[in-house]
Order: sequence, then structure tokens, then C-alpha cells
Amino acid sequence: MSATILVIAILVSQVLLGGAMCLAGWRLLKGPRAQDRVLALDSLYLSGMLLLLTFGIGSGQTIYFEAALVIGLLSFVATAALAKFLMRGEVIE
Amino acid sequence: MRRVFAYPVLWVALFGMWLLLSRSVAPGQLLLAALVSTIGCWAAVAVEAPKSKLRKPALVLKLIGRVLLDVFRSNIAVLQLTVGRRAPRSAFVTIPLELRDPNGLAILACIITATPGSAWINYNARTSTVLVHVLDTGDGIAWGEAVKHSYEALLLEIFE
Amino acid sequence: MSVFDGLPVWIAVIVAICLVAGAAITFVGTVGLARFPTFYQRIHAPTLGTSFGAFFVIVGSMVFFTALEARPVIHEVLILVFVLITTPVTLMLLARAALYRDRAEGNDVGADMPAAENRSARSDVGDTDQTGL
Repeated sequence: MSATILVIAILVSQVLLGGAMCLAGWRLLKGPRAQDRVLALDSLYLSGMLLLLTFGIGSGQTIYFEAALVIGLLSFVATAALAKFLMRGEVIE
Repeated sequence: MRRVFAYPVLWVALFGMWLLLSRSVAPGQLLLAALVSTIGCWAAVAVEAPKSKLRKPALVLKLIGRVLLDVFRSNIAVLQLTVGRRAPRSAFVTIPLELRDPNGLAILACIITATPGSAWINYNARTSTVLVHVLDTGDGIAWGEAVKHSYEALLLEIFE
Repeated sequence: MSVFDGLPVWIAVIVAICLVAGAAITFVGTVGLARFPTFYQRIHAPTLGTSFGAFFVIVGSMVFFTALEARPVIHEVLILVFVLITTPVTLMLLARAALYRDRAEGNDVGADMPAAENRSARSDVGDTDQTGL
């Protein structure tokens, strides 16, 4: 019983998060401007991180936590650097 | 000794982070956590992070409760706005601020940006005004007044 | 599926509700990202995912692993804290970069405020290097 509930819920949430990644990817490709693409990349990172957490629940292992943490930190660094680049044309002044 | 405990909140945060990452409260890990957070606070002293005095720490809880409630409300509002057919009436709003404390301003910026439906765009230190983009202004001026009264007043009490 | 069999049904229901709610909120957030017509409207959309979307998924994960390992597993809360702290910073940087680019191209963004209390938005074009906020 509980296995059925969990399997269905994990499947539904993975489909939703996958759809979220597709929408973010569409915005990433469409733009129109660089800041739209960076914003789309940021939410692509976020959806991917949450997707990894659902994979972790699906497999019953906590290893996925580390991957999600690393993705979360990477998204911060990547978006901050890209935003800085958009503003000044260089990352480190 | 003064230098070590210059940033007590940061120390506690780093201590908790280390214990959560290592997932244990064994004596060795406690010792390592204390070491790591002490070194982290030395680093903060070395880069001279702006420091503020929490004058009324009890009010922080009130602030957190209010932020959670507002985030909940604006989540629902933005969800309705995204799914619904009505086009959002978004606008830029300039709010004059009395808050000067850098940490208080940073917290206010985080609160405003983390709340869906409002984003802190630019702070002008000379005129001490902030440019905020609001996704859906029910009525433009009332929104700025609400921020001013609910958050800024509380932060002013906490920090100054 | 042997992993799930030992769990009580009510825990499975809580985890299921949290996961689906979090994923749905994140999904609606990216729908907004794809749908809204201007950049400054789109910047509000991901905050849905970073506030309650991430919150529900992480609470679901915490409840699940706490029940599975029969001891408190709360390290997922670190992800929530990191996301909550970093998202406003990146969004603010990005919004400022967009504002800077728009103004550098002569689009007078931010000056068309409704019932503006203070029309000083134009004068702060040059001094973007003030507090780093």
C-alpha cells in the first residue's frame, strides 16, 4: 500500500519537475536576451536539484543529497558570475 | 577572546552547518565543528564583515513569523496569477527607507526578493531609496507603505 | 520496491503530498517563467520554486528518511537554507545587471512608476557601486 502511494507520487513529481526543466530549457533557448537565459539557467539548476532529491527518495539512499547540495551551490556561483559578467563585461575586476 | 567571539551568530551558524554536514554529534565532531567555526569567525574578522548589534533578539522570531506568513500568502497570489488568464499589472515602485544598517538592509533585500511577487532591483545609497519591482500591484502606493510598516519598522527596532 | 514496504501508510501519504505539492509549485513557477512577457515579470517566477517548492520537496525528503532510518535525518535542511540565502542574492545581481543593460541602451526602465513617490530613478544610473546590495 505505502509502496504504491510512494511510487506514484515520486513518478508524478518527477514528471512535473522534468516538465519544469523542459520549460526552463525552452526559455533558455528562446531568450530573447542574455539575462533571460541566465534566469532560465538558474531555474533549470533548481528543478534539477529537486529532481535529484526525488531520485534520492526513490532509491532510499542519502547519496543523492550530496549531489543536490553541490548543484545548489554551483547554481549560486554560476548565476552570480554570469550576472556580474552581464553587468561589467568581465567576471573579476 | 574578544576577536574570537566577535560574530556569535556566525559562529553558531557554522557550528550547526558542520554538524549537519557530518551527520553526527560525536565528541570529535563537536571539537572539529568548534575549530572550524572559530577559524571561520577569524576570517570574518580579517575581511572586516560589517557588524551590527542585535538590540532586540526576541523580535527576530516575530520577523520570521511575519515573513513566513507573507511568503505563504504571496505564493498563493503568484500561483493564481500564473495559472489565471488575467495579465498582471506590474510596476516599479520607489520606496524611501529610513533603515541605514548594512546588515538590516541586506536582510530587507533578501526578504523582499525571496517573497514571490516582489523583487529588490537597486538601492541608491545617496538618496536612500530602493527600486522594487512588483509583479501585481493592487494599488501601487499601498504596497510600498505595507513594506515600510511591516518590515522596515521591525528591522529598525531590531538593529537601531 | 522493498525499500518502501516497511513504512506506515500515513507517512507515505505525507511524503507523497509534500513531493507532489513541491513539484507542482516549482512547475507552475517555470510556467510563469515561460509565459510572462517581460524580463522583470519573469524574475518573480523562480522564487515560487525556491520558496515553497523547495520547502515541500525537502520536508518530504526529511520525513521519508527519518521514517526509513528510524532516527532524525535533518541534514536536508542545509539545502533549504542555502537555497533561501543564495536565491535573493543571485536574483538581485541579475535584476541589477538587467537594469544596467537596459539603461545603457537608453530604455528608461524604472522611471515609469505609477503614482511615484519619488522620481529619482534616473539619477542613480551612474552609481551602481554603492553597497553591493
